[in-house]
Amino acid sequence: MDIIVCLKQVVDPELPARDFAIDPATRRQVREGRPLVLSTYDENALEVALQMKDHQGAKVTALTIAPQATVGDTVRLALAMGADEAVVIDDPRSPELSGPARARMLAAVIRKIGRYDLVLTGCESADLVERLIAPLLAEELGAACVTFVARIDAADGPLVVRRQADEGYHVVEARLPAVLSVTSDEANRPRLPKVKDIVTAKRKPVQIWTPGDLGSMADDGGVEVRDVAIPQRTGKCEFLTGDPAQQAEALALRLRELKLL
Amino acid sequence: MPGILVVAATAEGALSRSSLELVGGARALDASLGSGVSAALLGHGLGSTGAAEALHQHGVATVYRVDHPALTAGQSDAYLAAAEQVARTAKPDVVLVGADTVGREVAPRLAHRLAGALVTECTELAVEGGAVVVRRQAYGGRALATLVVRGRPAVLSVKPRSLDAPEPAPVAGSVVDVDAQIDPNALPTRVREVLREKSEVGLEDAQVVVSGGRGLGGPDGFKMIEELAAMLGGAVGSSRPPADAGWVPISWQIGQTGKTVRPALYVAVGISGATQHVAGMAGSRTIVAINRDPEAPIFGVAHLGLVGDYREIIPPLIARIKELKAR
Ligand SMILES: Cc1cc2nc3c(=O)[nH]c(=O)nc-3n(C[C@H](O)[C@H](O)[C@H](O)COP(=O)(O)OP(=O)(O)OC[C@H]3O[C@@H](n4cnc5c(N)ncnc54)[C@H](O)[C@@H]3O)c2cc1C
Ligand SMILES: Nc1ncnc2c1ncn2[C@@H]1O[C@H](COP(=O)(O)O)[C@@H](O)[C@H]1O
Repeated sequence: MDIIVCLKQVVDPELPARDFAIDPATRRQVREGRPLVLSTYDENALEVALQMKDHQGAKVTALTIAPQATVGDTVRLALAMGADEAVVIDDPRSPELSGPARARMLAAVIRKIGRYDLVLTGCESADLVERLIAPLLAEELGAACVTFVARIDAADGPLVVRRQADEGYHVVEARLPAVLSVTSDEANRPRLPKVKDIVTAKRKPVQIWTPGDLGSMADDGGVEVRDVAIPQRTGKCEFLTGDPAQQAEALALRLRELKLL
Repeated sequence: MPGILVVAATAEGALSRSSLELVGGARALDASLGSGVSAALLGHGLGSTGAAEALHQHGVATVYRVDHPALTAGQSDAYLAAAEQVARTAKPDVVLVGADTVGREVAPRLAHRLAGALVTECTELAVEGGAVVVRRQAYGGRALATLVVRGRPAVLSVKPRSLDAPEPAPVAGSVVDVDAQIDPNALPTRVREVLREKSEVGLEDAQVVVSGGRGLGGPDGFKMIEELAAMLGGAVGSSRPPADAGWVPISWQIGQTGKTVRPALYVAVGISGATQHVAGMAGSRTIVAINRDPEAPIFGVAHLGLVGDYREIIPPLIARIKELKAR
């Protein structure tokens, strides 16, 4: 089984609000001086791939589009967790690219890599939350698509996955090749690399390509980002005072006044 | 006549609330664009659901109907094929899709097949200076992005519970049956089973939601929350940590990754108020926060704040509500 896992580097989504800023020129989040991490659900996607490798054998390739100057930690983490090799598309502009442009670029690389049974992504990127890369990759590659996969139920015969759904779960059978987007689940908590893994990771192959290797694909897709604003919340909280019983009493009365009881 | 096409579906045997929300959004756009609203009604056994009539009741004159046995719960590939067939027939400028389990797979793929523009997870739709302008959250709910969509067709997925369901506005309508030619055996994915999780009241439609967070300390804490919710006639939700830890079903999660709710009353218990959580509940009419940390960010969005240990506040609250209701 050949598995490609798409990994995005993002500014730490749990960054304190005071460090969060929008660059008026690019209309994107300011990255300079901020901690960069692997996008939350991409770690779950990588874990799913690594579990398949552990259980039935698989070759796991980590794939990322990112400015090479900053991508080091992401790639090192993926290799230390257990990916066999990494492919980096070194694009200094990648944080500004639209989702569809990134999807086309990822598809072009995946076609170049050629061998794959499964492509895994996170269910949503922690910064833009567009949830579009996996479905677009599926179209580009002519592969099956299932998003928000919480677990893989079977992979030895037909691939059977459990998709998180509005009302619970859907058990979905998918043909290969397939593109799956992965959400977090008890069964896919990302592993922590051991010191020895961090050391051996340094010897694993990392290929670096440039967007030029893939042909031209810059295009805003007919969508222009006009503005990214940080809404100011006007705190208007009224605190109910007293000991717990008094607060409870006050709240119950307020709920009745509001006709909520 | 190119116009706005709403991709509509049924839920529990009737037109879904999300579909109605899309109709509301489409009608608001149409007030400026004036090119007409039609709907793609996709499903199986649609005749008995009254969904086409409901669409006419809400101002949609032309309903393109695909009634096919492959259009069952969660069968995205079939919905995609049907939506594509209708779009090729109706040739809309704008296509609205609900960003639910199926819609979030369908919308990007449909945009790709139609070579259109794509914006996902929109929360507001507008026409400004003749252009279609949409808003969506970004950066974990910290920012609101405004995008101008020039490409056509513009395929827009809309986050459920972002738009209001519209008032009825009956029109004389017609139904056009579209033959989508779906071969169930040729679809690359197949839903084998739908596993429902327990929830007494549909979380997204509940008028009262009581949510618990990591501060509840474990699954037992949710017993108290469930009791309070039952007392208020509401549903139970959660922040991400309890869902991730398996204390509660994942379908209870509210926020960026989870559901969006806009109840009349939202009670957040032991929830710090991270932007990713607030993203899914900020539209609630009255927000009550119970948290032992007076500095918790949840008090920045709450209308009523109670500072203290929930284990000391909830039991007398339940008792008092019981008394008031008994009167
Ligand atoms: C990509 C991404 C997506 C995410 N999606 C979501 C999402 O959909 N939904 C979501 O909720 N989060 C989401 N998160 C996580 C989010 O960032 C926060 O980590 C999460 O909301 C915190 O949950 P919490 O408030 O329950 O826990 P904490 O932040 O740990 O807060 C617990 C709170 O409980 C209080 N407390 C503790 N004990 C008591 C007590 N006895 N009585 C009263 N109060 C008490 C504490 O003071 C504290 O404020 C996402 C994060 C990322 C990166
Ligand atoms: N620059 C990138 N490089 C590699 N993978 C990416 C990149 N951007 C997005 N992805 C993948 O697409 C997923 C979903 O992103 P999105 O569609 O932006 O919500 C992410 O979780 C990643 O797995």
